Amino acid sequence: MLVPVAAGTLLLLSVACSPSDPQNTLAATGIVAKKQQDLFWTVMAWATGVFILVEALLVFTLWRFKGRGGAGEPHQTHGNTRLEIAWTIAPVLVLLTVAVPTVSLLWELAEPPKVSTEVKVVGHQWWWEFEYPGYGITTANELHLPQGEVINFHVTSVDVIHSFWIPKLGGKLDAIPGKVQSLWLRGDEPGTYYAQCVELCGVQHANMKFRVVVHTRDKFEQWVKDQRTPARTPDAGTPEAAGLLVFTSNCVACHTIDGVPGAVGKAGPNLSRFGSRQTLGAGMVDNTLPMLEKWIADTTSIKPGINSTDSAGQPTQSGALTPMPRFKDTLSGDQIKSVAAFLYGLK
Amino acid sequence: MATVTGSLAGVVPRPNTEHGLMGWLSTVDHKKIGVLYGATSFIFFLLGGLEAIMMRLQLAAPNSNLIDPLTFNQLITMHATTMVFLVVMPMSAAFFNFLIPLQIGARDVAFPRLNAFSYWVFLTGGIFINGSWLIGQAPAAGWFGYANLTSKTFSPDLGVDFWLLGLLILGTSSVAASLNFIVTIVNLRAPGMTMMRMPLFTWMTLVVAFLVIFAFPVITIGLIELGFDRFMGTNFFNPAKGGDPVLWQHLFWLFGHPEVYILILPAMGIVSEVLPTFSRKPLFGYSVVVFSGIAIGFMGWGVWAHHMFTVGMGPIANTVFTLTTMFIAVPTGVKIFNWIGTMWGGKLTFPTPMLFSIGFIAMFIIGGLSGVTHAISPSDYQQQDTYYIVAHFHYVLFGGAILGLFSGIYFYWPKITGRLLDERIGKVHFWLMLIGFNLTFAPMHILGMNGMPRRIYTYPAGMGWEFWNMLQTAGSLVIAVAMLAFLYNVWVSHTKGKVAGNDPWDGRTLEWSIPSPPPAYNFATIPHVRERDDWWFTKHPELAHGSHGHAAAPAEAHHATTGGHGHEEHIHMPQGSLLPLIAGVGQTLFVGGLILGPVVMAIGGLMMVGGLYAWCSEPINE
Repeated sequence: MLVPVAAGTLLLLSVACSPSDPQNTLAATGIVAKKQQDLFWTVMAWATGVFILVEALLVFTLWRFKGRGGAGEPHQTHGNTRLEIAWTIAPVLVLLTVAVPTVSLLWELAEPPKVSTEVKVVGHQWWWEFEYPGYGITTANELHLPQGEVINFHVTSVDVIHSFWIPKLGGKLDAIPGKVQSLWLRGDEPGTYYAQCVELCGVQHANMKFRVVVHTRDKFEQWVKDQRTPARTPDAGTPEAAGLLVFTSNCVACHTIDGVPGAVGKAGPNLSRFGSRQTLGAGMVDNTLPMLEKWIADTTSIKPGINSTDSAGQPTQSGALTPMPRFKDTLSGDQIKSVAAFLYGLK
Repeated sequence: MATVTGSLAGVVPRPNTEHGLMGWLSTVDHKKIGVLYGATSFIFFLLGGLEAIMMRLQLAAPNSNLIDPLTFNQLITMHATTMVFLVVMPMSAAFFNFLIPLQIGARDVAFPRLNAFSYWVFLTGGIFINGSWLIGQAPAAGWFGYANLTSKTFSPDLGVDFWLLGLLILGTSSVAASLNFIVTIVNLRAPGMTMMRMPLFTWMTLVVAFLVIFAFPVITIGLIELGFDRFMGTNFFNPAKGGDPVLWQHLFWLFGHPEVYILILPAMGIVSEVLPTFSRKPLFGYSVVVFSGIAIGFMGWGVWAHHMFTVGMGPIANTVFTLTTMFIAVPTGVKIFNWIGTMWGGKLTFPTPMLFSIGFIAMFIIGGLSGVTHAISPSDYQQQDTYYIVAHFHYVLFGGAILGLFSGIYFYWPKITGRLLDERIGKVHFWLMLIGFNLTFAPMHILGMNGMPRRIYTYPAGMGWEFWNMLQTAGSLVIAVAMLAFLYNVWVSHTKGKVAGNDPWDGRTLEWSIPSPPPAYNFATIPHVRERDDWWFTKHPELAHGSHGHAAAPAEAHHATTGGHGHEEHIHMPQGSLLPLIAGVGQTLFVGGLILGPVVMAIGGLMMVGGLYAWCSEPINE
């Protein structure tokens, strides 16, 4: 009975997570995740073997010795030294067998092979900032990587501890304020991948996500070129032009946009080429115009808790340190629509 | 001086009753204190379970708005804090209290009033932490309280203050109780009860007590530093001023990993009592089980950083902690084989306590094996902080500790109350609990590997997580029904339960030789112990195979049952005292005064100092 149960367990684990599930760690598309996945299956095979053996022994013992024998008491065994030595040594041998590939992979992952691109990753409550020092690009919540090349991430945080994790590309590294630590990954298949923070970092920990786009080298270079092109000034008289005015008088203290004079704030995400991003609110919702208008009007209507203030105007336990204002209190509906149109036009 | 002492002592007269409310408030009887510990921790168990079910309801479906994000973070924090500090530890303490003197043939613990003090501190500390719910400021930074999320900047309300002060309060309770049990076990054993004749549960209690007195000072240092940071503006964990948040993680897990063994070893002790009883043969490899427990106690100090593989400690530290963690599986695995060896060749019966013990073994194997998969640090980089971890430690702490404790509850209920729990309801309870447990926690392995992080209050549709989350929520409700079955069983036992008699299970150790419930003095005559499992071999002298040359000798006024009532009058039992209650409540108010205000602190301080002073000078009334 137990063999099918155990085999079923393994099978279940492999089929219960469909390869198309966006954060499936057992459907690796990067070399690091692949190696980790292989090691996991190796250990899991041993564990399943031990599981079957021991649970079967347990069930057999229960079945075999259930209320047996006549009137007499069972033989009062106190132990068996040889047997006990044997079942102490056996697990040691199994563990040693598993320890070899474990330690070897541990050291293999410790230092990156030939690095193609360096990316600085900064965790914020509750969004991600990505800086490509080699290209002079700073962006947020969406990471673009060239396919098949080793990326060295330098991970840190400006507030509390976060954890940087792209499940299909490989296992994670904590983002710790005051420290910059490195993790290398390589995306081997083009595509869009889901990623999210995995260390409790406050009230919106659940929605501190980002997307990872792995491109072929050509497309990656195109993306870099696009990112480095400063924003075009909208034509006069368009809603976008009105939006730019609203933006410069309300948003520039916190947000940077390359090409918009005065827009150099660092407290919020860099919004250069914002319209090209897939998501809004750190991977939370699709980046559509109506959603963006809703977000600007009242962020908490999409991402609850990040903006709550007490009666004295102080952030409560749940509040971000630099919450985005509820602009529906200070801007008209038209102003919000125009600034959304401006941002959405920054493709 | 003598007059001062006398007059202070007179302020609180030493109560002279064992009945009614005053009897409970002033009790120093280890059995009554054990019952208090058990009842209180069970109420906290229901509370922690309720918190779990609220989380499960929120997570049943994607994008749910049932519970807001802040409340969810409060629930994860309080569920874990409750289950660890207010349920598994004190419920183990309930068994330590009730059983240790009975198992070693003593009349009480070494320091009966200190024992009462430990309980009152635990009770008031638990109420204090949960009091944070009443003002809507329950802690929300996780039971592990990672710095610097716990700083005044990122957690400005009182939640973290309640949490850290509450844990400091509870720590004094645990340390005092542990010192008490170490002294009791080392000094109060009946004649002939050598260390290697002690029941396994007593051994595991001793190991746990040592772990507690070494582990709690570590977290106390962390908590006091955190308190300094929050109340006085120091910067131990503040990276902006040169502090190090990772320091907290080392302090927390250097406590936290031994804590895991503090939680599991008592259950292992219980299982090691139950299995031999219902196999009708001695524990297989007694000394190996004892020494593997001690080995776990030592090795448990060298594995803490496996909680921190993704912190970035570097490959050397990760290698060391990978290897130590893998090899701590060995003494744990050995215990499993010895338990199976105990049943091998036995004459097995399966009443409810036995079912829970077997359930413990079957589930603990899974928790142990998934623990090894975490030790594999490169693969753990993927699993860390996902539901795979949640699955693992629930297989250890629920499938392990809680099932083991329920085994103990069913096993010792007749000894404690004099009546058996109903077997039929007990079996319904067991199977519902086992099925509900696996429905709730087995799918978490899948969710974890499928990339679902822990501690998220919601998740979007389309991640491949919906079905398993819904199943888990259904499973958690099955566990709730199982708990209702248990409560019903308690009621049935109370109203019409079968009278147990001294020895309903044909037990092996001294506690089964005396009446149920035991008299206040436990043993009318202190027993002389000549054998491991002494009571069993007294009942079955022919089975002792003459190992100590006394097998055939009749028990000469050997056990309490044979001692007449005539002895009772000459037994001096410590009289009740209200001072532990006063000092204990005073301590909680004094510490809690940091939040509750200087008036409360002053009152608490007076009660604590006055209570302790009067305690020292309290006369032994006749």
